[in-house]
Amino acid sequence: MNDTLLQYALIGAVVLPLLGAGAALLPAPPGLRGRDPEQAVLRHGVTVTGAVLALTLLLAAGFDHDDPARMQAVTDADWIPALGVRLHLGVDGISLPLLVMTALLTFLCALYSYFRMPAGPSTAGFVALLLLLEAGTLATFAVLDLVLFFLAFETVLVPMYFLIARWGEKGRERAAWRFVLFTVAGSVVMLLGLLLVGVEAGTFDMVRLAEQHGDGLSRTVQVVAVAAIGIGLAVKAPMWPLHSWLPDAHTAAPTVGSVLLAGVLLKMGTYGLVRIALPIAPDGAHVLAPYLAAFATVGIVYGSLACLALARPGARGDLKRLIAYSSVGHMGFVLLGIATLTPTGVNGALFANIAHGLITGLLFFLVGAVKGRLGTADLDALAGTTGAALYARAPRLGALLAFAAVASLGLPGLAGFWGEMLALFGAFAPAEGLHRGAYLTFMALAALGTLLTAAYLLTVVRRVCMGDPAERAAEGRPAGGAGTPHGAGTAHGGGAAAPAGTRPAAAAATALALPPAGGPAPGTAVGAAALPDVRGYEFAAWVPLVVLTVLAGLWPAVLLGLTDPAVRTLLGGS
Amino acid sequence: MTPLVQSVDWVAIAPPTITALAGLAALVADLFLPERRKPLLGGIAITGLLLAGLALLPLADGDRSTFCLTTGSGACSYEADAFTLVMQLLVLGGALLTAVLSLHATPALPAGEYWFLLLSSAAGAALLPASRDLATLVVALEVVSLPAFALVGLRRGDRLSSEAALKFFLSSVTATAVMLLGISFVYAATGSMHLTDVADGLRETPGQLAAVARTGVALTLVGFAFKIAAVPFHFWVPETYVGAPLPVAAYLSVVGKAAGLSGLAVVTVVAFPAHSHVWGPVLAVLAALTMTAGNVAALRQDPTGAHSAVRLLAWSSVGQAGYLLVPLAAAAYTGTAGVTVGAAVAYALMYAAVNLGAFAVAAVVGRESTENRITDYRALYARRPFAALALGFFLLCLAGLPPGVIGLFAKVVVFSSAVDAGLGWLAAVMALNVAVALVYYLKWTALLFARPAEAEGAPGTPGAAPADRPAAPSPVPAPSPVPSPVPVSLTAAVALAAVAAVALSGAPQAVMRFASAALL
Repeated sequence: MNDTLLQYALIGAVVLPLLGAGAALLPAPPGLRGRDPEQAVLRHGVTVTGAVLALTLLLAAGFDHDDPARMQAVTDADWIPALGVRLHLGVDGISLPLLVMTALLTFLCALYSYFRMPAGPSTAGFVALLLLLEAGTLATFAVLDLVLFFLAFETVLVPMYFLIARWGEKGRERAAWRFVLFTVAGSVVMLLGLLLVGVEAGTFDMVRLAEQHGDGLSRTVQVVAVAAIGIGLAVKAPMWPLHSWLPDAHTAAPTVGSVLLAGVLLKMGTYGLVRIALPIAPDGAHVLAPYLAAFATVGIVYGSLACLALARPGARGDLKRLIAYSSVGHMGFVLLGIATLTPTGVNGALFANIAHGLITGLLFFLVGAVKGRLGTADLDALAGTTGAALYARAPRLGALLAFAAVASLGLPGLAGFWGEMLALFGAFAPAEGLHRGAYLTFMALAALGTLLTAAYLLTVVRRVCMGDPAERAAEGRPAGGAGTPHGAGTAHGGGAAAPAGTRPAAAAATALALPPAGGPAPGTAVGAAALPDVRGYEFAAWVPLVVLTVLAGLWPAVLLGLTDPAVRTLLGGS
Repeated sequence: MTPLVQSVDWVAIAPPTITALAGLAALVADLFLPERRKPLLGGIAITGLLLAGLALLPLADGDRSTFCLTTGSGACSYEADAFTLVMQLLVLGGALLTAVLSLHATPALPAGEYWFLLLSSAAGAALLPASRDLATLVVALEVVSLPAFALVGLRRGDRLSSEAALKFFLSSVTATAVMLLGISFVYAATGSMHLTDVADGLRETPGQLAAVARTGVALTLVGFAFKIAAVPFHFWVPETYVGAPLPVAAYLSVVGKAAGLSGLAVVTVVAFPAHSHVWGPVLAVLAALTMTAGNVAALRQDPTGAHSAVRLLAWSSVGQAGYLLVPLAAAAYTGTAGVTVGAAVAYALMYAAVNLGAFAVAAVVGRESTENRITDYRALYARRPFAALALGFFLLCLAGLPPGVIGLFAKVVVFSSAVDAGLGWLAAVMALNVAVALVYYLKWTALLFARPAEAEGAPGTPGAAPADRPAAPSPVPAPSPVPSPVPVSLTAAVALAAVAAVALSGAPQAVMRFASAALL
């Protein structure tokens, strides 16, 4: 496929959502009015994101897979000659997977919203913001100019702020504010770092700067620049201790917002580190890498411990908040991989980036669905007597949740495994000049983190999917009346309140899973009304993520073959 | 032999001259026009400003100078170079937008006087960037200021208006007096009024006069610092803006600042380069203090207070003045001061378009809710989608956040001037300020798109109105479901500013090119 076509595909992928965002605010033209204005504008969102997804797939198909280290589909035009800012776009093996994933997740979100629009002021505004967000994220991954990168990086702020603050849940205003303030405070510092690099090196062009590999930048400048840029990116990534905006933002955001926040926005931080900090200021990266690794490791352990605390019975932990904290841990692995400065580690980081986007995106979708059915994401409410007991009441939903959790904890054969393993491998043999003993410690601690991750995720699956055997047994015998409040709790899940006895298969599954309980007590069966299981549009939104998770797990070479040559070039042919 | 009569380059001095003549024409015409024909005066003023703007076109090919010395150094008092043209464009454009904004407000004001004063002040502001000797500078600055006092106090019988004018007058006169003292010191040390001669003189000041020269340099800057509302001289701003008619506040915030900026730039870069070690650090500290004071005060602004919208814009303009000072301070540390100043010019152009736009929307809202509280902007999008979108865009430009691309790039230029000059600390202070400023800009923006107050239990309405205006109805009058039509002129002002801001966001080069060319 010729390069001009690819070039237009890339430009189209960035510009189309921008135009779509403007068009969403205008009244629909005759012929496209649909059932009602709301439906028309939601359909508009699905169409535009679908077209963008098609463009990125075209890009992936036409991409020269034999030479992923080369920038392809390059556009390079003057924009602001006075500042030396150029409209420079291109993709290589590092950005291509991120572009496709971003387009896919946004499309799935638009599709999901078409059937299940979050409660909020205006549908047209929602779609416009979603598209603006997509434009910003895609541009971040596609631009090759430092100032343009900053512009794209900042573009996502306003739409995300409004998505959280207007369509969010309890505590949304505060959470949205924290998100914006943390990110802006970080990104102005990042701007200073980018300008320092640009002023000292005399160009903002990322490709040229990467080729120079730090020539012309003194060691001090590099250290200061990487520190400044790193802070801005670390807020977004997020790196412990700059993560504290994240749990609130995730908890308060609507499902679609959480998915995009975790799946795409966090990746902008780590992508920036790989694309800017490592190649452009290698000496600075080298000096600061151990600190990054240390913070990353703390983040891994901290995130898992926070999740364990939330998963504990009686902690009244919020499931969305738990997954948000698990993101801190997972992104810790990504940061640790980057901090090793080795091809192995960085490849692992990029793989984990994609894996986390797919798996956590799926998890947030699932939690959103659970919350939508049961009206709460409180883990204590979802477990035990009032619990979800998904295996019995919505077996497909339960199975998907279990699948996503298992993928998230890094089961070999699924996407979550490779990235974290490679990051740990990288830490085992970090780049020359980095203190090996320190990295071995980090590796050991991070490995402990994977154990903790497994612990909390399995706890969650047990409590949410299986119910609580001990409580059930105790509850079941004395109180036939326990069914009444229970039924009230689940009624606004909206389903037909059929007794569980009508679903023998589901009951059998519960019995199979909990042999010590001696089978479900009769009392529980009364309360365990069936929930509406996975609906058609939910399948449509989730199946691609499941398939890709399995695919990336079984055939990691698809991704690694793309990233590895590019990473080696960025790291200077090591 | 030297000619006694020198020829004046009328083309070069056309822009300020036409403006001044149009002002006179409006004043004279006011005497002969019957009451119902008064709106014609606005037409005269706008035509005059447009003509003055057109007069800039023939000057674009090259530098011209006039009123030159026929002996000695041959220094000129008036120069129409790139810097002059850009600043005159800014001043005339700002005045034009103010004029459009005032069209609907003039029935409440004495029309002839209003237009005369506005155009005189604009003429002074247009003269200021071109003046190249200290006497002309002072005269130009006074021509900007004296009509401005009267404009602020023009609402007859309004106690607030006269009080604001008096406050403005007293602090301005003090600043002018100090500046004149400084200029006399500089004259004593160098023996010349022409800026280029002053620059030469300051380079080789005899030892015993060094202290006089330094003091003179520092004191001269005071007057301009006042105009731009830098920190010790910023207290007049909120009271004056609130007391003045709204278009006048808009005018002061943009054209007044542009005048101060061009004066500072000309004096520091052309006349005092030899003393950059004196004014460089002073301006850097002033910039840091000004932006911090402005932004912190804006942040603490109570959104339910009377006139809080204009008050917030006033404090935010103080903060923005701080950013404007950054490139001037940086100019002291770089070899290419003329280029560094361009960053301030680029920023000023962005700021002018966007800030006037914000004031224009404030005027639209002010017609319905006379108190003009920030809370009155709640759910503006539901009532007036266009005005709300425009104001949101203006505020995001001021904050420097996409989609306000031009605001972001203007900030980038200012930042890079500081980084380039090695003023890392100033860049860091500014970074902090940008983050702080974002809070109040974004809060306001978010309010525009919020749900109407009835849905959220009408927060902070009763008892919040301060007691200074007892006649004011204390709860916000519920906005009528069918909003009254906005005068065409007001819509035009908002639209003009919005079109300028959006166009610049798409093609930032139009403004940014000034940041890379040697202007002075």
